[in-house]
Amino acid sequence: MKEINVRWVPVSETSLMLYMGDEIDVNQAPFIGEVARRIKTGFAEVCEVTASYTSLLVQVRTGHIRIEELGEKLIEMVHGSSFPDRAEGKLIELPVYYDPEVGPDLEMVASVHGLSVEELVAIHSGRDYTVCAIGFAPGFAFLADVDQRIATPRHDRPRSKVPAGSVGIADRQTAVYPMDTPGGWQLLGRCPVQVYDRGQIPMSPFEVGDRVRFVPVDRETYLERGGCV
Amino acid sequence: MSERAQKSAGLSVLRPGVCSTLQDLGRYGVAHHGLSQGGAMDLHAHCWANRLLDNCAECATLEMAIGMVSLRAESDLLLAITGADMQAEVDGVPTGNWSSFLMQKGQTLELKPARLGMRAYLAVLGGFQSDLMLGSRSTVVRNGMGSLLQEGETLWVSGEVSSGSHREAHVPARFLPTYENQVELRVMESCQAGDFSSDAMQQFYQSDYTVTPNSDRMGMRLEGKAAVSGPEGIVSEGIALGAIQVPADGHPIVLLNDRQTLGGYPKLGVIARVDLPRLCQARPGTRIRFSPVSIEQARQEWQDFCAYFGL
Repeated sequence: MKEINVRWVPVSETSLMLYMGDEIDVNQAPFIGEVARRIKTGFAEVCEVTASYTSLLVQVRTGHIRIEELGEKLIEMVHGSSFPDRAEGKLIELPVYYDPEVGPDLEMVASVHGLSVEELVAIHSGRDYTVCAIGFAPGFAFLADVDQRIATPRHDRPRSKVPAGSVGIADRQTAVYPMDTPGGWQLLGRCPVQVYDRGQIPMSPFEVGDRVRFVPVDRETYLERGGCV
Repeated sequence: MSERAQKSAGLSVLRPGVCSTLQDLGRYGVAHHGLSQGGAMDLHAHCWANRLLDNCAECATLEMAIGMVSLRAESDLLLAITGADMQAEVDGVPTGNWSSFLMQKGQTLELKPARLGMRAYLAVLGGFQSDLMLGSRSTVVRNGMGSLLQEGETLWVSGEVSSGSHREAHVPARFLPTYENQVELRVMESCQAGDFSSDAMQQFYQSDYTVTPNSDRMGMRLEGKAAVSGPEGIVSEGIALGAIQVPADGHPIVLLNDRQTLGGYPKLGVIARVDLPRLCQARPGTRIRFSPVSIEQARQEWQDFCAYFGL
């Protein structure tokens, strides 16, 4: 059974933060996701749980709850429940069409690192990523860790419009843009699958701790699955 | 009868104003999708507008920033208006602020630019009846949850009122806030407060800040004479309502209802919930000062607020 190192600090009269580490650690993400689920199902007084890389912001609605008491109860719950030694979230496979046609930074990123486009694609799609946080925009999942060999900083000036489905990297993180937004990530390709749809339940497939695998597809498959160029 | 069948046309939008949105108490249990909570910025005015009509606090009201709104009644309506005084008139007759009033079918409600304060709240008997989105009617434009009020749009209500049964209700004078050009807000020191130097914290409490025009439902951007120097960025974490974030330029931003769910700037504390309505009514140019408050004190006042309005 895994010991989870956890501490809590008060944030306001209606919220507290649970810290489960100080450094970004992708192996910790599934545990953070699991603790978030257990808080949501086990504590009726909690109205919102916001998961991030190392922390959970826990919020209550009314003033009847004393934050100190809730903090102690949450720590007790974490220490009192058992977690598997290794936790793995569900695996989400996403097709990606890697091509300059939809990935305007593909060739530049490859050349910066002295790689061919094929090598860059093989490295980017060659490992599973972990959902470490969801934010920035609805359904935007921060995925880590990108291989050091292809880690690339954001553009100095963000693009004013990045099309929905674009797959980008920023330093050692990667993500699929869920909707058209401004954005500064280096764009390598595009995923034809919608990763955020307000009309669907769930609206987004991602939860903190899930794993994501990018599967390269050709232009034809990309178009067949609903992609546009 | 289905919910839809009970709805009737309440108000037609002749002039939508600058930033008018339907709001309730906000959307909860959605942060894992990256969605913002939204909700009425001035909860005090929102709750009073509903209370004047014996509505529950969850009923959606129309939040109108700045003013210049014109609405025509499509049926007889019982309404209430609170918050910033926009000199509301029904067919040219003043209704009085912080009061309920009747409108007959065909009459027009005109709101002028606010003289003091930023936001007015219009409630209707039974609440405005837009579609629930994930359990809330709150508009968060950035998230695609609802949209700004549009010219020609219809606001739906739950049913007609018989005009004979109504007595005008007013908020008692002792509960009326004054929206001034100087506001003091109380701060619970938390988050990364310990990483700010004691000099920086002292400077924060001793400085006068000014609300900049670049403020909206996401956050209030403040400017002071001297920037507060804070620690470096942090690992991104959830942001509480009213958190005071200090980016590298040293000018604090108070994060409000439509704030992003996560952020990596250091925060030195959170403003007491019961003080937020006064901040949300602060116009650009308003001077802001901060003072410390304990979490327990802020909790008791928030508990009293919740008990009073049945939250």
